[in-house]
Amino acid sequence: MENTLQAVPQNWYLILSTLLFCIGIMGVLFRRNAIIILMCIELMLNSVNLLLVSFSAYSGNSDGQVFVFFIMVVAAAEVAVGLALLMSIYRNVASTDINVLNKLKW
Amino acid sequence: MSLYLFLTLAILTIISALAVVFSKNPMYSVLWLIVCFFTIAGHYVLLNAQFLAIVHLIVYAGAIMVLFLFVVMLLNLNADTEPHKSNLTKLASAIAAGLFFVVLIASMRATELGEFNLPNKTNIGFVEEVGKKLFTDFLLPFEISSVLFLSAMIGSVLLAKKEKK
Repeated sequence: MENTLQAVPQNWYLILSTLLFCIGIMGVLFRRNAIIILMCIELMLNSVNLLLVSFSAYSGNSDGQVFVFFIMVVAAAEVAVGLALLMSIYRNVASTDINVLNKLKW
Repeated sequence: MSLYLFLTLAILTIISALAVVFSKNPMYSVLWLIVCFFTIAGHYVLLNAQFLAIVHLIVYAGAIMVLFLFVVMLLNLNADTEPHKSNLTKLASAIAAGLFFVVLIASMRATELGEFNLPNKTNIGFVEEVGKKLFTDFLLPFEISSVLFLSAMIGSVLLAKKEKK
């Protein structure tokens, strides 16, 4: 099998991860369930990861892949804290609808 | 061959990402997100980042999505409890995301990326290379990330604990 780097132009990875990022943005705006919004943020983080890996592969430098590790670390920590917050919110208002949580809005 | 592989994986990624957004049932959203993460791991393998692909699978599909599934099951969320937005908001969000996509693509077209000289070494994604980088150039961030994990662990335990009245 020939090398992917020769067969696929780098621009395609750019377009793919842009599309993924925009789907994530749409999900954040589209849904009202806070868990789905967290999942869409994960989607956006992953699109950035894909872009970093593709740039690292095409330029032959593994720095980008180390950055992806750190993004994964931050994503894991963020999900753990976010879901814990959601649990305590659900315990108080018995819902994960973000429209219930509008006390800070004026 | 790898062109078709890339196209198949890309289409699967987009479809599963759209299914995450449009599924009525949160449980299906979680399952589609797992499919999406598997296809992204496939992209990593195509890009010669084997170690990262495995780490991605273990961290995302193995840990984060299990956490999501746990919470969805614990809160007993299903299609009936799912809150719905008005059609106007849905249309507005789709248009906003589409416009953002157009702007990003247009700015990319205007930018000169420059040609990459394709690297002749293919082992940059292997454990050896990444590990060397991680333990020499990036040693300090690596150690700091352990502190971040510790604080995240303590924080989530504190937040999810039942408050005593």
